Amino acid sequence: MWESCQGCHPSIVTGAKALYAALSLKWALLDWFEPTRPPQPAQMTVSAPGPLPALRQLDLDRALQLLDQAGALLPDAEPYSLAWLQGVIDALADLSNRDPLTGLSNRRNFEMQLTREIDRVARSGEAALLLMLDIDHFKAVNDTHGHAAGDLVIKAVADAVAQAVRPMDTVARVGGEEFAVVLPNCSVSFGPTVAERIRANVAATAIAISPGQKLQVTVSLGGAFAPQWVRSSPLLWMERADRQLYRAKAEGRNRACLEPQVESVVSADEKSMLFAVIPEETP
Amino acid sequence: MSSGAKTVAITSGKGGVGKTFVTANLAYALAARGQRVLVLDADLGLANLDVVLNLHPKLTLHDVFTEKCTLEQAILPAPGGFSVLLAGSGMVEYSRLTPEVRDKLLRIVDLVKPRFDWVLIDTGAGISDVVLYAVSLATDVLVVATPEPTSLTDAYATIKVLATQQQRRQVGLVLNQASRAGEGRVICTQLQTVLARFVDTSGNSFRLDLMGEVRSDPAVRQAILKRQLLLEQSPGTDAAQGLRALANKLIG
Repeated sequence: MWESCQGCHPSIVTGAKALYAALSLKWALLDWFEPTRPPQPAQMTVSAPGPLPALRQLDLDRALQLLDQAGALLPDAEPYSLAWLQGVIDALADLSNRDPLTGLSNRRNFEMQLTREIDRVARSGEAALLLMLDIDHFKAVNDTHGHAAGDLVIKAVADAVAQAVRPMDTVARVGGEEFAVVLPNCSVSFGPTVAERIRANVAATAIAISPGQKLQVTVSLGGAFAPQWVRSSPLLWMERADRQLYRAKAEGRNRACLEPQVESVVSADEKSMLFAVIPEETP
Repeated sequence: MSSGAKTVAITSGKGGVGKTFVTANLAYALAARGQRVLVLDADLGLANLDVVLNLHPKLTLHDVFTEKCTLEQAILPAPGGFSVLLAGSGMVEYSRLTPEVRDKLLRIVDLVKPRFDWVLIDTGAGISDVVLYAVSLATDVLVVATPEPTSLTDAYATIKVLATQQQRRQVGLVLNQASRAGEGRVICTQLQTVLARFVDTSGNSFRLDLMGEVRSDPAVRQAILKRQLLLEQSPGTDAAQGLRALANKLIG
């Protein structure tokens, strides 16, 4: 590992070698006294210069209980080993990104993905679509069939939406009966197609809410593309998609409305207004 | 907002309205006020800043792109104390906007920004993706137009796209070849009226500001034919005064 230091000042190399030797000795001693410590001295020298925490003293009861309740798989490593702890942390992080009812991304993860996508689009100029969708007349479902049936409907819609998009897309539950989909690298011409596929997939889903009782619901969708090469904000982008969602609701629901693409054509009306005064004013 | 130079894109709906003329003289006027100015010729398809400035560049943006020279070497001094980075011929191959071209332009703008007070990006005309991308590299935009109906229509279309597609909140208008004083004001008001009526800028309050008015003057034609800058050749004309006023307004 010292070959890469050939250009360094000799004292740096000597110093680093001494440090490495000292740490190796320390790990050897620790191994003797604390056998559960992970046997990876070479990696540990860099990241953990201080004394190892007594990992077994960590109180993980609440975390483990939470993971157990969520049905998350515990890591397959020796308990309290580094790999195992990393697995617990990963599972917790994953849990904090998910909506408990549907298993979709929750609002927190959605906003993180949206921010990332804005950064990416600003840099790459690729088209990216944001869809906001909402179950039509969901309140009626709850009122008529009860909240348990309402939850089943939300789960079924979540599945239908997730099935209609690519694995790279982020599907999130962002509110009670509201969902959002972030579609990176989705060209403008595919926008209406994917929105319609989601709408049709939901509408075609028969949801069993009790033995022998099936329900069908529809969704309204609104969509907006990220402005290319320009750094937008998550709030601005969501507002634009939301505006289209309101339009879809107002136009009768069970439909998708995408923000109209910019027309660079100047209409006859615009032209006539543009020149209404100028010819008189210009000699 | 970001470190270094203010970046201003100078664009137009229609070609031949004096975009490069305005850019070069604006750079001169800014430099005359002690500002460090770089003009980046981003009119990749039809670059002609070298013609306006009577330069015969050996090294251009093309050489930087192909790594035949460093960026440093391609930044040339122009008459009047500002610097230029010329597109040069051979750039036609970049007139289509590939991710590679985008990345290179972005990198170049980022690299030059710390060294100047102003980076003026002379874009091509129209609303092709290269032009829109070049405009998107700048924090401010000036749209150059003449009072002719075709130029105004194209300027209107450009402003419309900038307001909606790039969600610009502010675009500056420079009226070139104004036939009388105050014509810029009239035309700007007219454009504002039509924009307010037809362009949905809901969500972002869009503003079109008149940033400059350059009077039509025989001296302009003479300067262009001699391939001299108007501000050097005929500094006392109304047109020259208009260009200096534009620089002053930008400096604020």
